[in-house]
Amino acid sequence: MKEKLVLIGNGMAGVRTLEELLKLDNGAYRITVIGAEPHPNYNRIMLSPVLAGEKAVDDIVLNTREWYAQNGIELKTGDAVTAIDRVRRTLTLASGASVDYDRLLIATGSTPFIIPVPGHDKQGVLGFRDIADVEQMLAAAGQYRKAVVIGGGLLGLEAANGLMKKGMEVTVVHLLDRLLERQLDGPASALLKASLEERGLTFLMEAQTAEITGGERVEGVRFADGSEIEADLVVMAVGIRPNMALAQQAGIYCERGILVSDTMQTYDPRVYAVGECVQHRGTCYGLVAPLFEQAKVAANHLASFGIARYEGSVTSTKLKVTGIDLFSAGEFIEAEGDETLVLQDPAAGIYKKLVLRDNRIKGAVMYGDTMDGTWYFTLLREGTDISAFRSTILFGQHDLGDAGHGDARASTMALPDGAEICGCNGVCKGEIVDAITKKGLFTLEEVRAHTKASSSCGSCTGLVEAILAGTVGEGYDKVPSKKGMCGCTEHSHDEVISAIRHGGLKTMQAVRETLEWSTPDGCASCRPALNYYLLAHWPGEYRDDAQSRFINERAHGNIQKDGTYSVVPRMFGGLCTADELRAIADVSDKYRVPEMKVTGGQRIDLFGIRKEDLPAVWRDLAAAGFVSGHAYGKALRTVKTCAGKTWCRFGTQNSTALGVKLEQLTWGSWMPHKFKLAVSGCPRNCAEATIKDFGVVCVDSGYELHVGGNGGIKVRVTDLLCKVQTEEEVLEYCGAFTQKYREEAHYLERTAPWVERVGLNHIKKSIVDDAAQRQALYERFKHSQQFAQVDPWGQRAGGEEAHEFTPLKVAG
Amino acid sequence: MKEWIDVAGLEEIPRLGARMVHTDSLHLALFRTAGDEVFALEDACPHKQGPLSQGMVHGTSVTCPLHNWKIDLASGEALAPDEGCSRTFKTRIQDGRVYLSI
Ligand code: SRM
Ligand SMILES: Cc1cc2nc3c(=O)[nH]c(=O)nc-3n(C[C@H](O)[C@H](O)[C@H](O)COP(=O)(O)OP(=O)(O)OC[C@H]3O[C@@H](n4cnc5c(N)ncnc54)[C@H](O)[C@@H]3O)c2cc1C
Ligand code: SF4
Ligand code: FES
Repeated sequence: MKEKLVLIGNGMAGVRTLEELLKLDNGAYRITVIGAEPHPNYNRIMLSPVLAGEKAVDDIVLNTREWYAQNGIELKTGDAVTAIDRVRRTLTLASGASVDYDRLLIATGSTPFIIPVPGHDKQGVLGFRDIADVEQMLAAAGQYRKAVVIGGGLLGLEAANGLMKKGMEVTVVHLLDRLLERQLDGPASALLKASLEERGLTFLMEAQTAEITGGERVEGVRFADGSEIEADLVVMAVGIRPNMALAQQAGIYCERGILVSDTMQTYDPRVYAVGECVQHRGTCYGLVAPLFEQAKVAANHLASFGIARYEGSVTSTKLKVTGIDLFSAGEFIEAEGDETLVLQDPAAGIYKKLVLRDNRIKGAVMYGDTMDGTWYFTLLREGTDISAFRSTILFGQHDLGDAGHGDARASTMALPDGAEICGCNGVCKGEIVDAITKKGLFTLEEVRAHTKASSSCGSCTGLVEAILAGTVGEGYDKVPSKKGMCGCTEHSHDEVISAIRHGGLKTMQAVRETLEWSTPDGCASCRPALNYYLLAHWPGEYRDDAQSRFINERAHGNIQKDGTYSVVPRMFGGLCTADELRAIADVSDKYRVPEMKVTGGQRIDLFGIRKEDLPAVWRDLAAAGFVSGHAYGKALRTVKTCAGKTWCRFGTQNSTALGVKLEQLTWGSWMPHKFKLAVSGCPRNCAEATIKDFGVVCVDSGYELHVGGNGGIKVRVTDLLCKVQTEEEVLEYCGAFTQKYREEAHYLERTAPWVERVGLNHIKKSIVDDAAQRQALYERFKHSQQFAQVDPWGQRAGGEEAHEFTPLKVAG
Repeated sequence: MKEWIDVAGLEEIPRLGARMVHTDSLHLALFRTAGDEVFALEDACPHKQGPLSQGMVHGTSVTCPLHNWKIDLASGEALAPDEGCSRTFKTRIQDGRVYLSI
């Protein structure tokens, strides 16, 4: 008999846990859900737009009754649990029924705090928590004129805005002298108040409510100083209290909320709790993003995987009042020793502040222009060193919509449905909105899976996030705090790298076992990563696993859309001889190559070669002295050069010869992502060295070394690493930089994002400032090159891996 | 009645890999899982006819090399949220030889 899992509280955190559980292990439990509200699970966040008349109740249902039925979940709505008997493992319901359980999940949320002043129980005094509250407010708005909202926090302001839009005269009463004191600093708060006043709200600041006056129904509010205002409706939004009475009665240990461990278990291990009702490591959360992280962990544990841990969350907030943009995250009031960056333009109504500690963002407050909130929040959570772009950071990340989307700052939501958002997959805005609403998607990952938008080159990610936020509401899990490498593990890239390096793990099997992978042989995304990490850390020892290579690297050519391959032989530094060109021409004739092209990397590409012909093509090329150009690999690609001193009237050094030396040093090396070099003979920079992973610009007095550049999707100009005097130094610095990147970057992270993540200083410390470390890195690089510089084409032309290239023939 | 055709020794297909099989009229892909199960599909992804034989095998699915759809080896169905199906063919292993029914 299957175990029975009962969920108390049919709300956002509880049902999300069930969804996560179903994803992991369909059928492990018989599930019953008991919810006090008469509705199926709905998006509580969207109550504010419902109140403001921007959405209907039907629009915000997350799980329909059919969803429960389809997943075999028994649903009891409009009935509350009144007692838990943990000895007999039964629940008593308000209706008198009783329900047994084997495991219990408490997700009772919280209740609005009602200030216990005289008159607080009169008709027309409400909290703002559920559909019933909204229905009562809407009814009042149709009948009465004056509303008072007590509490100038997020919820209070959203309620006030909604009631005003419904035609009521609204006064917001706040105890302090500043609105949203938990989210905003003084200047931002003042801007907000001014713009809400302009829209028609009235504020009573520093006012302490003493009594609700009236007969059966409220007629006014009196304050501690004796003054009084009229009111037909009073909404109290002064805070929430974790709803833990039920757990407390059952003897489950509670403090401010129900106490849970990192596995979301209460003191009774059969009883789990998630959501606003819990207290974890001293914190009670009141936003959905952390609750969804809790849900994931609880589900993981319920499915007996037992590897996930909840370690707390950093949260960010936004106010959902249409037309008002406000964002805050982290510690936005500076502590001693912190630095602040501020951009203030009162006329335009813009204010942005970042709090920095050690060049890392600790907190952010933004008003008026919050486009970059998500970006700052990501930098904050990842602890990115921002020194490289500190001087421009307040102007934002100007990459949204780079790939032909036009002005992304013109509100994304105002775009027509037909506007193409994802240029790679041809996905329009309407399709994305449709998928989000019809399929109930919440996260960027889900939108990617269902629509393919942002799943290829990723340059439209910002736009997709904006659409997601605009459709689903803010507060959703935009950036999971700790990202597992892929669906097979909760461990991050850094954790995996460190386990391989320090834990002496030398096979993929060992990594998966030690780090408790949830799949037996990984997936198409973790296998290539693990294969690379093992190869990079154990050169000469680890044996490359062909089946964990993406096809291009397994077949040593780029797969084309029709299943044929392209062949790009290496031309060191772009130099070539007449004999070499003749050999390429001969291959082209002999194998009837449909098209040849000079690539952007200064060499020649032969397109449309049948897989069966590859070994023979390579044999002919090898005979002329060519090796693989690795144009298909996460590997050293090309070294672009210019004419240089030999011919060019401006050349300062022999850039072509230096390029050849660099390519001879680095070719064959496997990398986290592709890696490109260039050497320009003078600052005119014809080889475009300043958008390469490692670029050299020759000057009269030596060589400038530049790192972390990128052409491609998001162009990034290099940072200057240092200047050196000799070619030998160029080679040593290049090898050391390459090795550092090989050892530390995440798989599929190019040098540009890597340098931005770890900071240029971190790289300079071990490569420029510390000669011993630089030499050690260089030695490790040369050691690993002994094993890497074998021509894969030559090997295969010689018969290796023949099965890869020869189809089995069958008659019939 | 369809016949069983002897196509290869099991060891000729790499574990967690595939072989292309060409008949006069068809291109198939023959997959081998970590547990030595063998599956055969038409070598064309339901999305845009990508060659599934060139994909990466994991569990009992293969990831298409062109745009990363995941196809279930047993049923030929694309895994959710993608939709579509590739033709499947029966296979059998006997005495270390792989037989295919076309
Ligand atoms: C052949 C070539 C185009 C050409 O005819 O000139 C080319 C072709 C491809 N590029 Fe490129 N890129 C080529 C030079 C470039 C350049 C220019 C350069 O290297 O100077 C860039 C911009 C510079 C840069 O990388 O910083 C470039 C930026 C990209 C990107 C975006 C990378 C990024 O970090 O943003 C991708 C996508 C990726 O790698 O994920 C890409 C991916 C591709 C792929 C591999 C797409 C794919 O996955 O199948 C194309 C393979 C075509 C094929 O089947 O052969 N290609 N690609 C060039 C080969 C150079 C070579 O000799 O090896
Ligand atoms: C108007 C409004 C706007 C918000 N806006 C945002 C926002 O923009 N961003 C954000 O991140 N968060 C926002 N929140 C907060 C967010 O909605 C909550 O954090 C989230 O809903 C909490 O989820 P939960 O499952 O813990 O509780 P809930 O969603 O409240 O679910 C608890 C459920 O348990 C039921 N229940 C309680 N006791 C019992 C019992 N004894 N038996 C049976 N059922 C019981 C309750 O009726 C309720 O349905 C907003 C909240 C409100 C009210
Ligand atoms: S060669 Fe490069 S730019 Fe051209 S289509 Fe392919 S990936 Fe895009
Ligand atoms: S052809 Fe297979 S995923 Fe596109």
